[in-house]
Amino acid sequence: MVEIRGVSRRFPGGHFGVRGVTLDVHKGETLVIMGPSGSGKSTLLRCVNGLETLDEGEIIIDGMRVNHDTTDWNKVREEVGMVFQGFHLFPNRTALMNLVLPQTVVRKRPVAEAERNARTLLDRVGLAGKESRYPSELSGGEKQRVAIARALAMNPKIMLFDEPTSALDPEMILEVLEVMRGLAREGMTMLVVTHEIGFAREAAQRAVFLDEGVLVEAGPAKELIDHPETSRCRAFMQRILRRPEGEEGKAWT
Amino acid sequence: MYTWHWEQIPQYFPLIAAATRRTIEISLVSIVFAIAIGAVAGLLRVQPLKPLRFLAAAYVELLRNIPLMLVLYLIYFGMGAFWPISPFWASVVGLSIFEGAYVAEIVRAGIQSVDRGQMEAARSLGMSWLQGMRHVIVPQAVRRSLPPLTGQFVSLVKDSSLASLVSYEELMLVGRQINSRIFSPFEVFLTIGALYFVICLALSLLSRWMEARLVGP
Repeated sequence: MVEIRGVSRRFPGGHFGVRGVTLDVHKGETLVIMGPSGSGKSTLLRCVNGLETLDEGEIIIDGMRVNHDTTDWNKVREEVGMVFQGFHLFPNRTALMNLVLPQTVVRKRPVAEAERNARTLLDRVGLAGKESRYPSELSGGEKQRVAIARALAMNPKIMLFDEPTSALDPEMILEVLEVMRGLAREGMTMLVVTHEIGFAREAAQRAVFLDEGVLVEAGPAKELIDHPETSRCRAFMQRILRRPEGEEGKAWT
Repeated sequence: MYTWHWEQIPQYFPLIAAATRRTIEISLVSIVFAIAIGAVAGLLRVQPLKPLRFLAAAYVELLRNIPLMLVLYLIYFGMGAFWPISPFWASVVGLSIFEGAYVAEIVRAGIQSVDRGQMEAARSLGMSWLQGMRHVIVPQAVRRSLPPLTGQFVSLVKDSSLASLVSYEELMLVGRQINSRIFSPFEVFLTIGALYFVICLALSLLSRWMEARLVGP
């Protein structure tokens, strides 16, 4: 579904965001990307939908080869949904209109159909009754669920999540993870950058560990978290697993 | 001791009224063009193509660093020597390209004040740069730009007094003409000043009303 081949992204100043990463994501799979901050997790994710350009390598999404110069990114992005750490809802539009706008603009759906879709999706993420709220009138967890629904409104084949719960208060994390678990169960192909160990262990088939832009270790999610093979990955897991009792679900950055 | 001669003013009311109308006309037409020019130049300053960005920056910097009077002279006396141009259009062209440079900066600042994530979200949903601008960024930028734009348009109304120097018979020029006949500078120019004040205040109030209508949560 997504084939990432030797992808590098250099930043101004010469240091690498990601370096020579090769990774396949299979259809219907949930793959978690973990690693310390600054390790290139987000950069890798952003390469997949062209928010970052590639300096080397190539990415093939659902058979479409995307190399920065010749790619119709608008076409690619229609198939690839993205959820951001900071939600990025349109603040001047209601929850419903946040979902309607991209459908009418990009998919050219009639407003009535777009609204029907939007209501169904908001209901599915547990936000029925909040259609006419503006983002500023929603809690963080609600905002992120609207953002997920907005991405889903485009009927993407792949969903990218860039630390979707890192900006949330602890009590709101579970409601967002619950929505993501539901998606994973339904067979959505998902690439998730997260530190949520619980989610990674239960909902993800595979996990990869990135450090300093390099893919250090990959494997079944449970294995990678509980029995990391490399010392760097082990050190990282120890650090984030050393969490106090009763703080299940807290964001770790 | 200054002797007031307010009784001299009413006879010129028809003249002053016509001049007021011309000041309003030239200002409104120039505001429309300045918005058009400023919107295009402002957008060019934030779009991805470097040559176009440079071109827009050059326009803005050039026009912001020379006096309006010089722009008007260049158009009316300079270019006017080759293509005869009426005082009205010379003034409109001069005011529009001059104030357009300031509008461009306001537009650019308004667009850049919108969080970068908004464009990324729009792009990630499959919108093109232009669609993202039109449906996501600009509506948010307009609301924020309205107060500085109003200030700029008030400036434009006041700057339109310089059209008197290319012999367009707006308020300022007519004021000077009347004063040269009755030599009552306070009466004449206070009257004219009051009219400028009323026009500009009306503009500010109109903008405040629009701002209130645009405000969502």
